[in-house]
Amino acid sequence: MGCSTGCWVWSLLNSSIGKKTVMAITGLALFGFVVAHLVGNLQVFIPDDGKSINAYGHLLKSKPALIWTARLTLLALLFAHVITAIRLSLENNAARPVGYQVKNWREASYASRTMMISGPLIFLYVVYHLLHFTVGVVHPKFDHEDVYRNVILGFQSTPAALVYIAAMLMLATHLRHGLWSLCQTLGINHPKYTPALKAGSTVVAAAIAVGYISIPVSVMIGILK
Amino acid sequence: MKLKLHIWRQKGPKAQGKMVTYEVPDASEHMSFLEMLDVLNERLIEKGEDPVAFDHDCREGICGMCGFVINGLPHGPKQATTTCQLHMRSFKDGDEITLEPWRAGSFPIVKDLAVDRGAFDRVIAAGGFVSVNTGAAQDGNAIPISKTIADLAMDAAACIGCGACVAACPNAAAMLFVAAKVSHLNLLPQGKPEKYARARNMVAQMDKEGFGNCTNARECEAACPKTIGVEFIARMNRDFLTGSLFDRPEGTGGGGA
Repeated sequence: MGCSTGCWVWSLLNSSIGKKTVMAITGLALFGFVVAHLVGNLQVFIPDDGKSINAYGHLLKSKPALIWTARLTLLALLFAHVITAIRLSLENNAARPVGYQVKNWREASYASRTMMISGPLIFLYVVYHLLHFTVGVVHPKFDHEDVYRNVILGFQSTPAALVYIAAMLMLATHLRHGLWSLCQTLGINHPKYTPALKAGSTVVAAAIAVGYISIPVSVMIGILK
Repeated sequence: MKLKLHIWRQKGPKAQGKMVTYEVPDASEHMSFLEMLDVLNERLIEKGEDPVAFDHDCREGICGMCGFVINGLPHGPKQATTTCQLHMRSFKDGDEITLEPWRAGSFPIVKDLAVDRGAFDRVIAAGGFVSVNTGAAQDGNAIPISKTIADLAMDAAACIGCGACVAACPNAAAMLFVAAKVSHLNLLPQGKPEKYARARNMVAQMDKEGFGNCTNARECEAACPKTIGVEFIARMNRDFLTGSLFDRPEGTGGGGA
């Protein structure tokens, strides 16, 4: 093929498998953030009246170059993930112009069939979450210096806590299919480890949800105050 | 047994189609599904009506010609079974059965339940072959192939190209078909020299035909009458990505002076 460098990269990125690969790699990177963010958040449980998590917050804020690099990287990853998802979905809809009157599913999980519902809902939640805990404009009493207090006061509002819990369940659904699916897309499927990957995706997705949800639940039942 | 059939009727590729209901009052449980339709068609012809068009050929489950969606499942409720090998004993007296053609933009409807699967032929023409010199046949066992690899290649080669994978896929993707065709040649020594070009060219043709994109829902492997698994899709993804990233274009020599 008489194809220059730019040309083969372009045709790879515009191929069906190339676009799926973009979904897989950006999805994996965003999952990395989900794990790191959870580990950071779980510091609210260190019983020192919030000193640890506040120190963690200050540490992040004291390195603007670092945090802005991370934020912009995440934004770029999210942008690529969302744009590619939209492109793939539009093509998928066009591939079946007339649908079935009766359609039964044999193997496709609920999670796999609702990725384009769970995805946009998580996106909307992320916007709300940033306004709630980062910018603070939808928070009842936001204090830029006191991460711990923001969490406690934020989740003492039952609607906010319930929205958070619902979003984390949505995230778990998305990850349950996404984690296994990204391995498959990248060509990682083998009788030696596929059963472990499938079970692992469900376990990890559930663990992520339990980890995050433990925070508002602890506030609601008064363990954290 | 008495059946009520809801069948997609469409006079031609451009015509407007609709569901039409027919009664088959006396189907036998020993009939194959297609034989039951044959009986319906003979009666339609006797009445001077247009018989229901559907594709079929060998009627023994090996040619890949037959197939339509029965109650929302390609080839019907029995797994690892083509429509022609499905028998009426899989249904009950009084059942209502909905018959629809494979639904995909890349499979235009010819008439009623018959679709044009020429897109598959064009994908095969893009790389589903091995280039060999003509001449005397090589000694049978000159190229060693392990039993595991031979079996795996045979599993992929079991694909009869019926199109049930496309019909079952929530996105009308053809990944399982293309993966089976890419893999059965790429696994074998005879197919290795053209491995990466094959994966790239067949995927490029698949995309050009307008099939959807795989979302790893695994409906295809559940619908496949030959039980070909999505492991072959992962294998094709590996070959495609490796080929795209590392295969050397022609005219880029191996370095040196």
